[in-house]
Amino acid sequence: MTPQNHIELRSVRKAFRYFTLDDLTLDLPPGQIMGFVGPNGAGKSTTIRLAMGLIAPDAGEVRLLGHAMPEHQAIAKRDVAFVSDDMKLFPHATVGWHMNFIASIYPGWDATYAATLVKRFNLKPEQPVKGLSHGEHVKALLLLSLARRPRVLILDEPTSGLDPVARHELLSEFMDVLRDDSRSILFSSHNTVDVERISDRITFIDRGRLVDSRDKEDFLERWRRIQLQLEPGAVLPELPNIVGRVADGSFVTLTTNRFSTALIEQLGSAVREVHRMSLEEIFVASVFHHREVAGS
Amino acid sequence: MYSGLNISQTDARPMYLQIMEQIRQRIAAGDWAAGRELPSIRVLAAELRVSVITIKRAYLDLESEGVIVTRHGKGSFVAEVNGLAGELQEEKLAEHLTAAAELARTLGLTPEDLAKRLERARRSVEKK
Repeated sequence: MTPQNHIELRSVRKAFRYFTLDDLTLDLPPGQIMGFVGPNGAGKSTTIRLAMGLIAPDAGEVRLLGHAMPEHQAIAKRDVAFVSDDMKLFPHATVGWHMNFIASIYPGWDATYAATLVKRFNLKPEQPVKGLSHGEHVKALLLLSLARRPRVLILDEPTSGLDPVARHELLSEFMDVLRDDSRSILFSSHNTVDVERISDRITFIDRGRLVDSRDKEDFLERWRRIQLQLEPGAVLPELPNIVGRVADGSFVTLTTNRFSTALIEQLGSAVREVHRMSLEEIFVASVFHHREVAGS
Repeated sequence: MYSGLNISQTDARPMYLQIMEQIRQRIAAGDWAAGRELPSIRVLAAELRVSVITIKRAYLDLESEGVIVTRHGKGSFVAEVNGLAGELQEEKLAEHLTAAAELARTLGLTPEDLAKRLERARRSVEKK
């Protein structure tokens, strides 16, 4: 039996006046980090709010830790923590006051771990929230979430606006959570470098539609940029799985999302170079290809 | 257990290949002896701050190469193959020779020219 997915969306639709999220299907199994990547306005936050039960879908099913959302959100949320970068703590209360407050609500609060995180993040419990920098504010939010030891951690743009050192500290903490293979993390970001590094699964979303969702290694293995130099007068045959083609005289650059050695054999001596692509390049190429196919 | 491995952001190779290469080097150098236990996948992922799936991929490929053995529920270990270090060196030599042959073809060298150059390189190493 496969373990129950921590997050499960089935053909979810949610329409707003100027934006519609449609036909979204998504799985996050336990023990994995999913990077959720999309341009601004793609529907990342809407998807996360659906998963958290903050809004109800117009159609389709949303399950969090197996509980139907938003109906059973109260049970599900005992084991789920959510952080978004626009969340606000009480400005006049101290970090320590917030820690006591959360500890009084959640029985699973781990005071030892909280104390470790205070040190690691260099926070001062006696400091009022209003004096914190943006980075410290995000760290305080994460501390309050992590010390609850949630099974699912949902993070909306957790690293945006952070300096490289703070980002590094947060990524370390996320990986630490995953030492326990019964926990999982969903995090949205447009920083593809962070996503490429720590994600097991990656989901691309654009204009309210799912573009692609698969294992990170799959993405990196399937996409290649192939540089060709054609003989004078030679014509490139029709090839399958080519999503991009740029020609300049006898030089042609192909982008494929289904790379295979068979493809290289077919192209024969015209092949000059074959390049792997970074997640950012793959993301941009996927989005443009998806928009082309969708006919917009 | 601290592995001492590291990942370079400026290295164009995928992360799992970098990890495989560094583990092979440690085994070839004799630092990681046969039978030594490797860090668990999740521990190494946390230490290097890379995804679990990347480490899994590196371990699977090393296993299919026979460099490491994974015992279910017990962990991964450096394989007990005699002369593994030698084998890895052999492989490296073959790679370098192929690369040299390819370059020679690009430069239009004759096989004799190439052989002469190899002999010259060999002598210069012996002098050291």
